[in-house]
Amino acid sequence: MGSSTVTPADAGNSRNLGAPKNFMERVRKGDEVAYLITFMAALSIVLITALLAQHLWANSALSRHKFGWSFVTSKIWNPVLGDFGALPFIYGTLVTSVIGLLIAVPIGIGAAIFLSELAPKKVSNFLTFLIELLAAVPSVIFGLIGIFVLVPILKTVVPVLTSHLSFIPILSGTFFGYSFLTAGIVLAIMIVPFIVSISREVLLAVPNSQREAMMALGATKWDVTWLAVIPYAQKGIIGSIFLALARALGETMAVTMVIGNVPEIHASILSPGYTIASVIANEFTEATEDIYLHALIEMALVLFVLSMIVNAAARLLMLTTGIREVRE
Amino acid sequence: MRSATYPPTRKRVVNMIMLSLTGICALLVVSVLIFVLGYLFINGALSLNWNFFTKLPVPVGENGGGMANALVGTGKLLLLASAIGVPIGLFGGIYLAEFASSRTASFVRYTTDLLNGVPSIVMGIFVYTLVVLPMHHFSTYAGGIALGIMMIPIALRSTEEFLRAVPRALREGAMSLGASKSQTIRTVVVPAAIHGIATGIMLDLARVAGETAPLLFTSFNNQYWSPGWNQPSASLPVVIFNYAISPYEDWHRQAWAAGFVLLSGVLLTNIIARFILSRRTHLAGS
Amino acid sequence: MPAFNLTDLGKVRSERFGEENAAQERDIQPQFTVSNLNFYYGKFQALHQINMQMPTKKVTALIGPSGCGKSTFLRILNRMSEMTPDTRVEGEVLLGDQDLFAFYPTYLRQRLGMVFQRPTPFPKSIFENVAYGLRVNNLLPSKQIAERVEESLLRAALWHEVKDKLHVSALSLSGGQQQRLCIARALAVRPEVLLLDEPCSALDPLATAKIEDLIFDLKDFCTIVIVTHNMLQAARVADYIGFFLSGRLIEFDKATRMFINPSQKETEDYLTGRFG
Repeated sequence: MGSSTVTPADAGNSRNLGAPKNFMERVRKGDEVAYLITFMAALSIVLITALLAQHLWANSALSRHKFGWSFVTSKIWNPVLGDFGALPFIYGTLVTSVIGLLIAVPIGIGAAIFLSELAPKKVSNFLTFLIELLAAVPSVIFGLIGIFVLVPILKTVVPVLTSHLSFIPILSGTFFGYSFLTAGIVLAIMIVPFIVSISREVLLAVPNSQREAMMALGATKWDVTWLAVIPYAQKGIIGSIFLALARALGETMAVTMVIGNVPEIHASILSPGYTIASVIANEFTEATEDIYLHALIEMALVLFVLSMIVNAAARLLMLTTGIREVRE
Repeated sequence: MRSATYPPTRKRVVNMIMLSLTGICALLVVSVLIFVLGYLFINGALSLNWNFFTKLPVPVGENGGGMANALVGTGKLLLLASAIGVPIGLFGGIYLAEFASSRTASFVRYTTDLLNGVPSIVMGIFVYTLVVLPMHHFSTYAGGIALGIMMIPIALRSTEEFLRAVPRALREGAMSLGASKSQTIRTVVVPAAIHGIATGIMLDLARVAGETAPLLFTSFNNQYWSPGWNQPSASLPVVIFNYAISPYEDWHRQAWAAGFVLLSGVLLTNIIARFILSRRTHLAGS
Repeated sequence: MPAFNLTDLGKVRSERFGEENAAQERDIQPQFTVSNLNFYYGKFQALHQINMQMPTKKVTALIGPSGCGKSTFLRILNRMSEMTPDTRVEGEVLLGDQDLFAFYPTYLRQRLGMVFQRPTPFPKSIFENVAYGLRVNNLLPSKQIAERVEESLLRAALWHEVKDKLHVSALSLSGGQQQRLCIARALAVRPEVLLLDEPCSALDPLATAKIEDLIFDLKDFCTIVIVTHNMLQAARVADYIGFFLSGRLIEFDKATRMFINPSQKETEDYLTGRFG
C-alpha cells in the first residue's frame, strides 16, 4: 500500500473513500464471507481425515491392547475363541496384489509403449479412451465376471496346465476355482488401466530430443524405446505401479467374490485365501462381541496404514515427473 | 558375409518382435473391455424386463421379482452424496485456487489425496463408527455420508484444476471494473470454468455410484422400500453382490440385469462427460 | 532501423490537432498529480522518482521501449498493481485532489476504467459484458441498464455492428470488435479516466485505426492515458506525451512540442528510432 508523504486534502476519512455504505453492499462486495465459506470447506476436509484416523484408532483399542504387535504376526483367526491374528489376511492381500502386478505390469507397460510410441495419434487417443473406460467399471461388475466367467474357465484350464507341475510348491494342491490366482487375475484386469494410462502420459512427456538423439545413431525403434525413452520415464512408470498397487490393496468386492474366503496361509497360489478387505466385508456385520469388532477395525487400520505408505511412495515418485494422476 | 544393411538382422528381428508384443498388449487390454461389455450386454440386457424396474424383490422360488427399491435407493444415496460432496469439494477447490497461500494449499491438497487413497471399505467402517453406532441402526443417511465423503477429493481437485485454467486476464478484466475478489470469482471465474467443474462432478458421481464396500455397513440393505432417510436401504451394487454370491439361479440372472443397468449408467456418464470436456477444449482456443 | 523525421511527425499532428489553445488548459485541475513515485517488485525497483501531472480530458500517451515501466506505471493508477504479491509503492498519487491510496480499491476502479492489451471478453453475452460493471457495482436499476449499454456501445463505435445480436456470446466477435467491446464495457460505468494498455497491439491496422478514431472522440468524455510502443500512434492521438526509459520519466511535455523539439537527448534518440 502507499505511504503518503504529503497529507491530502480530506485526510479525515483516509483509507475509506468509497467504502461500502450499508450491510447489503458489504455482503455483496465482501471478500471476508467468501474467504470464510471456502476456508471452512477446506478445513472440514482436514477435520474429516483426522477424525477418520482417530476413529479407526479408538475403535480398535480392545484388539490392540489385547494382542499388541502379535496381531500382525499371528496366524490364528478364531472368532469363537476370541483369538485374532491378521497374518493370513496380510498374506492374502500381498499375494493377490503381487500376482495382479506380475500380470498387469508387463502388459500395461507394453500397451503404454504401443500407445505412446507406435500408434498414430488418433488411434492412440481412441484406444486410451477405451482403456480409461475400463477403469470406470465398478468393482462388483468385475466380481460378476469373475464368479460366472473366470472361475469356470480357470477350473477347466488350470488343472490341465498344472497337472504336471504340481511338484512346484506354488502350483500344488487341488484347484477349486476360487483362489489367490483367480483373485490376482481379476485384480490385474482392474489395475491395468491405471498402469497404461499413467505410463502412457509419462512416456509421451519424454522430450523428442531423447528419441532423436538415438535415432540419429541408427538405432531401431525398439532400441530407442528401451534404451532412451523408458529409462527417462522410469520414475513415472514405477510411480504408476505403486498407484496400481495402492488400488489393488484396498480392492474389496471383486476379490471377495473369487478368493474363496479361507483364512489360511498356503504357499500354493491355487489354494483359496482371504484378504484384509474381504474379511472385513464378510464378517463385519456378524461380529457380535466387541473384541471381534475391534479386531476387524484394527485390520482396517492396518490396511489404511499400508495404503497410505504406498500412496505416499507413489506420490513422491510422480512428483518428479510433474504428471497429474488420472482423474479416477 | 554379413549383409551391408544397417541395423543388423538380429536387431531388426528383435525390433519386430518387441513392437508386435506391445501391440498385442494393447489389443489384450482393449479386448478385455469389449469382452466385459459384451458379456454384460448379452447376459444382462436379455434378463431385463419391466418387472426389474418396477417390482420389489420376491422370495426365492417365485417369479416376477424386481429391483425397484435398489434403483430408488441408489438414487437417494447419490442425491445425499452430492449434497455433501459437491459443496465441500467446490468451495474447497475455490479456496485452493483463489485464496490459499501456497503452503496451506499444499497441505490441504496432501490431506485430500490422503482421503482419496482411503480404501472404500475403510471409509465404510469410519462412517459406521461415526454415524451407525450412535444411531444404533443402519440408514440411508450413513450410506449417503460415506459416498459423499468419497466424492470430496475428486470434486475438489477437478474444481481447482479448472479454476486455475481460467486466464488471469479475465480476472483482471473483472477487477478493473470494480468487482471485488469474491464477485469476480462468483460472476466470471466460476462461470468460465463451469463446464469442466460440472463434468468433473459427473465423473465423480459415476464413480461412487458403483461403490459397494462403503455401503455394506452403512445403508446395509433392505428387501422393501426404504421411506425417508432414516432406514437401511437397498442399493444396486449391494444387491448385485448379494445376489451374485447366492446359490439361486434367478438371483444370478437378476444380478446380471442389475449389473448391466449399473454399468450402462456409469459408462454412459463417463462417455458424455469426456465428450463435453473434449469439445470445450476445442472451442475455447484462447 | 529507419530514422524518423521529426518534421514528418509534426505534420501528422497539425493535420489533426490544429491550433492548440494554451489558455484553455490553465485553470482546470490536473487529473493525476504524481509526486516522487517509486515502485518495487520485491527487491527490484521498477520505477524511480516519477513526477508528473496529467491533464484532465486530454489524451496522455506514455511511450518508451519494452520493459521501461510504462505499463507498470499505468497499473498503479488504478491500483491493479496490488494484485501482484510482494510489491511496494512509495510516494504520492493524487486523483484530482484526493489521495489515490485512500480509496477503497473497488470503488476507485469504478472511476478509472482499464482496457488491456488483449481483448478479454467475459464468456457472457455482448449485453452482459457491457452491463457487467453496472451490475457488479449496483450502479443503475435494471430498467436503465439497457439504455446505458446502448450509449456505451455507441461511444465505442460498436453499436451498429451488434445491435441486432446483443444476446449472442461476446466470444463470437472478431478481435477488433472484442476490443471495442472491452472499451464499451469500461465506458459503461462512466469513468473519469480511461487507462489503455497497448490496446491495439493485438489488432490489425484497420481495427487499430477504428480505435484511434475512437480515442480522439472519447477525450471529450473522459481523460485518457494510453500506453503505446508505437510512436506513430502516439503522434496520431496524444495531446501530451510521457517518455519512459528504464523506470524513469525522461521527459513529459505537450506532444507537438516533444515531437518537434525534444529537450532530452534520449527522447530524441528514441523518437528518431535510434533504439527501442
